[in-house]
Amino acid sequence: MSDKPPSILPPGTRFDPSLAARMMTRHGHGGWLGIRYHDHGEDWVELALPWREDLVGIGAGLGDMGVLASGPIISLMDNATSMSVWTKSGNFVPHATLDLRVDYMRAATPGQTVIGRGECYKLTRTISFIRGVAHDGDPADPVAHVIGTFMATHGPYL
Amino acid sequence: MALTPYAQALGIEIDHDEAGEPVLRVDYSNRVAGRPGFLHGGAMSGLMEMAGFAALQAELARRGETMRLKPVNIQVEFMRGGTEQVTYAKGMVTRAGRRVALVNAEAWQDDRAKPIALAQIKVLLIPAE
Repeated sequence: MSDKPPSILPPGTRFDPSLAARMMTRHGHGGWLGIRYHDHGEDWVELALPWREDLVGIGAGLGDMGVLASGPIISLMDNATSMSVWTKSGNFVPHATLDLRVDYMRAATPGQTVIGRGECYKLTRTISFIRGVAHDGDPADPVAHVIGTFMATHGPYL
Repeated sequence: MALTPYAQALGIEIDHDEAGEPVLRVDYSNRVAGRPGFLHGGAMSGLMEMAGFAALQAELARRGETMRLKPVNIQVEFMRGGTEQVTYAKGMVTRAGRRVALVNAEAWQDDRAKPIALAQIKVLLIPAE
């Protein structure tokens, strides 16, 4: 009864973030930031953002020199949560971020790689609900929490 | 006002001043590209966040205050896909008290009346020693 999801994957295959990340993390903004695949499960994806001198932001003053800017963390979490949606859906359908809220718990430790874990906790035909955590080594001591939604733009997720 | 290393590396520049508030811009390049043909939402957010901090710094400078800024959170609403062209962003301080500030920012491209994204940014103000 429903139109088939417009996945661009070959028939019978599911979206695999470990394969897709090879391409997605090489080009564009994610590629420039140096974002890499880290791990994934049924409805979550972890990406890694290695520390780099030119990605440093305002921190909170001279005492915090070398703190990663918040912009790259937003991008990391946008990418990780986006991929978690395709991972849960299995279909690689075009979608757009509707909104994203990022709470910064603390400054990321200078020199440390930040791991962004994105999870799709609910999928409907058109909207996906995501949340995520960024940490720099200890998941129990996060750098940031995120929550947001995506919308399938050219056909349903399911 | 000095832009952060991240903002400079991304290609963000101060375009002009609008009634005391800096308008920032970023040219379209591979560095800010998301899905094919579109601006990355994270790059858009980074630009708006920088514009928000710039507006806040300008407001604090007018008051003669030197504060360290610590981001608390950001909420971004994406309203239109950004395309392969120049993107602008400007922040507007909604409320800056002694300890916390709320700043709105918007991003637009060729039509100022059709913003592509809005952001609301909360910043902790810490008196500089």
